[in-house]
Parts: sequence; structure tokens; C-alpha cells
Amino acid sequence: MTGKTMRGLRAAALSGTLLLGAAHSLTPALAADPIKLGVLEDQSGDFAAATIGKVHAIQLAADEINKAGGIDGRPLELVIYDTQSDNTRYQEFMRRVLQRDKVDAVFAGFSSASREAYRPIVNQFDGLAFYNNQYEGGVCDANMIVTGAVPEQQFSTLIPWMMEKYGKKVYTLAADYNFGQISAEWVRNIVKEHGGEMVGEDFIPLGVSQFSQNIQNIQKAKPDFVVTLLVGTAQASYYEQAAAASVNLPMASSVNVGQGYEHKRFKPPSLKDMYVTTNYIEEIDSPASKAFFAKFKAMFPDEPYVNQEAENSYLAVYLYKQMVERAKSTKREDLRKEIAKGDVCMDAPEGKVCLDPKSQHMSHTIYLAKVGEDHSISFPKVWQDIKPYWLGEAGCDLTKSDPSAQYTPSNPPPKP
Amino acid sequence: MDVGTLAFSALYQFGDAFAFLVLSACGLAVIFGMMGVINLAHGEFIMCGAYVTVSAAHAGLPLPLAIVLGALVAGMVGALVEIVVVRHLYDRPLDTIVATWGLSLIGTQGTLILLGSTMAGVGTPFGSFQVGAYSYSLYRLVLFVMAIVVLAGLYALFNWTRFGVMARATIQVPHMAAALGVDTRRVYSLTFALGAGLAGLAGGLYAPTMTLVPTMGTTFIMEAFVTVVVGGADVFLGTAPAAALLAVVKATMTSWYGQLFGQIGLLVAVIVVIRVLPRGISGFLLRERA
Repeated sequence: MTGKTMRGLRAAALSGTLLLGAAHSLTPALAADPIKLGVLEDQSGDFAAATIGKVHAIQLAADEINKAGGIDGRPLELVIYDTQSDNTRYQEFMRRVLQRDKVDAVFAGFSSASREAYRPIVNQFDGLAFYNNQYEGGVCDANMIVTGAVPEQQFSTLIPWMMEKYGKKVYTLAADYNFGQISAEWVRNIVKEHGGEMVGEDFIPLGVSQFSQNIQNIQKAKPDFVVTLLVGTAQASYYEQAAAASVNLPMASSVNVGQGYEHKRFKPPSLKDMYVTTNYIEEIDSPASKAFFAKFKAMFPDEPYVNQEAENSYLAVYLYKQMVERAKSTKREDLRKEIAKGDVCMDAPEGKVCLDPKSQHMSHTIYLAKVGEDHSISFPKVWQDIKPYWLGEAGCDLTKSDPSAQYTPSNPPPKP
Repeated sequence: MDVGTLAFSALYQFGDAFAFLVLSACGLAVIFGMMGVINLAHGEFIMCGAYVTVSAAHAGLPLPLAIVLGALVAGMVGALVEIVVVRHLYDRPLDTIVATWGLSLIGTQGTLILLGSTMAGVGTPFGSFQVGAYSYSLYRLVLFVMAIVVLAGLYALFNWTRFGVMARATIQVPHMAAALGVDTRRVYSLTFALGAGLAGLAGGLYAPTMTLVPTMGTTFIMEAFVTVVVGGADVFLGTAPAAALLAVVKATMTSWYGQLFGQIGLLVAVIVVIRVLPRGISGFLLRERA
């Protein structure tokens, strides 16, 4: 108890200092005008467990960059606000960082609902926002750069693999908002393409924590595996309740483990046979991953887990640095000229990643993580260099036009 | 599928919803029904009970004892809150709402800062059993039994014990009770502590089945308030029938149309009940008897 309290207090004191003294913590030797990065992430509320690490990853990257001389000699200054897992806070703070703090770029957002809440404001003030989160895909917006993985990267790999291993009857349990609905549509299409059958779909309102009825629905439908697209800490109660009722079905997900580290939070074996496609988790056993993990733990020893969104956020800072240094400017149009060349790539902790000029999304190494009975992680398969191809193939080309819209498989970009 | 299996599954779903409603609401019902205090920190007492239970279980205490400890600690925190804050606001009901809301914010954020964003769970005990094609968690039957035990216990406490008589006297005519030598301040403290302890008990009982996060109390809050509003001021004639009614609505709607409609059904039921019976079910029952 006391040990925990002390650790917590230290963490609190640390984050407090970082918040208050963002400007002071920078190396004073850098005299040039700072480059300002707005950071809007949920540090409290329902999503905090998955997103505090994103803020820490950005602080780690900024610290490393500043120690190494900044971006083109200019120090990086972070303007951090806690968006409290609340969409209206995103709108408030997005206006504040763009209008009052006049940041050069913003790193913002966990849930797709928050992203869609702030995106019109970024468009209105013609800002540049990085969305460093896996999501349901389809955002074709020149003001946005997305470093997280999208369905063609996570589902086109995961679902066929699961169908081959476990069978063709699929049940989807998804959070009832844009992320869950659109992801479920992807799953439905992929299952159909591969000759499978959807035996059921349940959509769960955010914040729901009791799943007895859904567990019974699943048992009635007798699927070969369940696709769990549950979001937020309340919905994560499903795994414990399903395990207690001995559902014993393999699970597939694009959000669990890699985001909310459920395998660390729940008592084994409630997440047994959960398969997740993720572009990073701390268990990945490569030199680059281990080095990143060690640096992270050195700066934040109490971090409960380094998840894929932390890695996305970390690499996004370096990606921004590279673009600014190549363009010799922080103007969005100059940066986009660099993106249009199609060679904005870097060696991230997960492996090599590149930014796609058409959609401004990232290519990723996709790891299939399997949760064992004792909640240990193994990687039965790794897919190298999976491109975010869907938007480009569907007709989104930001080098030519900027529709600033979100598309889905059933609502694709208009054909020219 | 045979009729027995279907009937059992319907009963199980009803019992599950009933237990959740009763256990989340009874602490709130005691504090609101007996004292007229709207306790917006109810969810944080639930969270407190859950956190203490899980910490104690991690430290090696058997789960049932850990749950009792969770309820006791939440009760003690409740007594402290009553003495320090709520006691001074009895004649200012609106201020109590603001004060307890403030406490709830402090509780959530304080826990986040001190204990971090999540806590490892303990796992649900007892395993599962099979009826027909379905398997069920045995622990959820325990929750249902506990809901009945809590209701029966409260009934016994308020009707058959000295504290119960004093509490009811204090609530009915405080100055007359005081004139007869009842220490009304102490009765208020104890009642508030009882309500907080019941919230802690709910948290402790549900802790093994849920994610442990500082905001976990909010997932109980809607159900708790809805049940108390529908039930009205009396714990036994209100909370129990309200929970039964709402459990039928929720379980039926959820099984037919999914979770979203379960929630919609719950809220529509509340609107209908408070429109037709402004003083809740207990107000209606008591008026009929009088």
C-alpha cells in the first residue's frame, strides 16, 4: 500500500512539474524560438489507463530531441492539457492551443468520437493535428496526419488468420459509437469475402459494465470466435464476466492488449486465447523495441505498460522533426510538400514505417499477439510493412484535393 | 431448446439485473430515503469499497473477509464525511448536492493520482455451471442471494433493533426524538455511515467481476439513482419493488433488442413512473395503506 502510494505521489509530482514547468525543463542553451507542440490527451476519466502513456511518450521524445539540440536548432516546447475523456474538452482545448497558445502542431485524441469532435476546429483554423491512435480508418483530411493503425492493417490480417485457425462463424461485440460501428462493418465485409458467416453482432453503449445477456447471446449463436471491439475501462469488465461464465471462445481484437493492457490488469486466465493485431506492445522482442522500452522505463519507471499508442506518439514526434528539418519550415503546406515526395520514413521501435502521401496515414509492421493461459504474450505471426492502402485505392488523394471527410466501406469517397 | 432452459435463462437475467439494481441503490436509498440527503459521492463510496476489497484480497485476506473489510472502510469514510462535511449542511439540501459532488470529484481524481489509472483484478471465484446449452457464472447467483440478504438485513435492522427504532424516530420527528433522549446527531452519523457501508459492500461484491479504475463508481450511478427515484423514500417498500420492476424492464429489453434498448427502457420506465407516481412506488404503497 505505502509503496504504491509513494510511487503514485512521485508520479503525480513528476507530471505536475512537467505540466507547470514545460518551458523550464528545456535546455536553456537553445536560444532560438521554440517549436510549440500542443498535446491533448486524456489523463483522467474512462480512457486514462490507455492514454497517460501517450503523454509520457511525447515527453520522452521531446526530452531526447531537446537534449540532442532540438529541431533544426530550435527547442521543442510542449503545451499539455488534460482532456478528461470528454469530447467537449477536446473542442475547448483545441481552440485554446490553436488560437491562444499558437502551437505549430497538435498531438491529439484517443477515441474516434473525440477526434471527430475536434477535427472541424483544426480545419477551421487550418492547423496540423497528429492522431496517434489506431482507429476505424477513413479520415481523408489534409490537416490530419494519422500514425495509428487502420482496419486494412489490423483486420485484413487478423480476421482471415483467425478464420483459418478456428473456423468461419464469427460474432462481433463492439462499442456503440463510430469506432465500433465502422470496425464491425470492416469485420463483416472481410468475413463475407472469405466465405465466413456472421452469427451475431452486439453493440454496447460506452460505459456499460454488465454483460450477462451478451454472454448468453454469444453462447446461443455458437460462434467459432468472438471479435471484441470493446472500448473504455467499463466495457473491459466483459472479459472477467465471460471467463466466469466459462464462455471459453477464442477472441480477436484490434484494441485490446495493445491499448488497454487487459492481460496485465485481469487475473489469468480470463484473456486466454485473445488474439490482437497491433503495431507495438512492450513484449515485442526486437533490439529497437527493447531499447525504446528501456528508455521509457528510465524516464517513467512507474509506467504500468508501454502500449501501441505510446509508440505511435513517440514516433510521431520524430516524424514531425524529420519533416520540419527537411522542409526548413513548420508551415503545414511546406511539410505536406515533403510528405508528397512519398519518402517520409523512419526506423521506429516497431520497425520501418512510412507516411503515405495520398491518405497521410502510416505503414506499419503488424504483430499478431496471442495471450496465453498465464497471460504471457507470444507472437504467432508478424506481417512486415502493411500499407494503409484502403483510402488511396478508394479514391482519397490528398496531394490533389482535400475533402476533409471520413469515409467508410459503405460510404467511400465520391468517384471523380 | 426446452422451456426449462429458457425459463432459467430469463430468471437468471432478471436476478442478475435485480441484484445490480438493489446493491447499487440500497446505500443511496438509506441516505436519501432516511435522511433526505442526495449523495452524489455514492459512486465513490462504491469505488472505495471495491479498491479496499481488492487490496485486501491481494494482501492475502480471503475474499469474503476482504469484502466485509471494504464495506467497513467505506462506512468509516462515510462517518468521517458526515462529521466533517454533511452534518453542517442538513438544512441546506442544495448545498449538500454540491458538496457531495465535490467529494466525488476529489475521490475520483485523488485515487487516480495516488493509486494510478488501474488496479489489477482478483478474478471471479466459484467458476460456472451448466443449464441446457448455456453456462453461467455461479458468482452472479451469489450476488443475487446477497441482494436478498441485504434487503432482509435492512428490514431486520430498522424494525427489530433499538438503533432501528431510534433511527426511524429521528427521521420522523427529529426534535421529539431528541427530547426523548435520542442522540440525533449520532443517529444521523450512523445512518450515513450505514449508507456508505452498503455502497462499499456493493463495490466489494462487484469488484471481482469488474475493471478496477477510479471512475468505476459512475457505472453504478445511473442504475442507483433510477432505482431510488422510482422507489421513493422508503427502502423496503420502495427500493425492492422498484428494483424488481426495473429489472424486468431492463432484462426483457436487453434480451430482445440489446444493451442500448435496455438502457432506454430503464429511463423510459423512470419517466413513466415519476409522471404517474410522483412520490415513487413507496409513496403509492404507503398512501394506499393509510
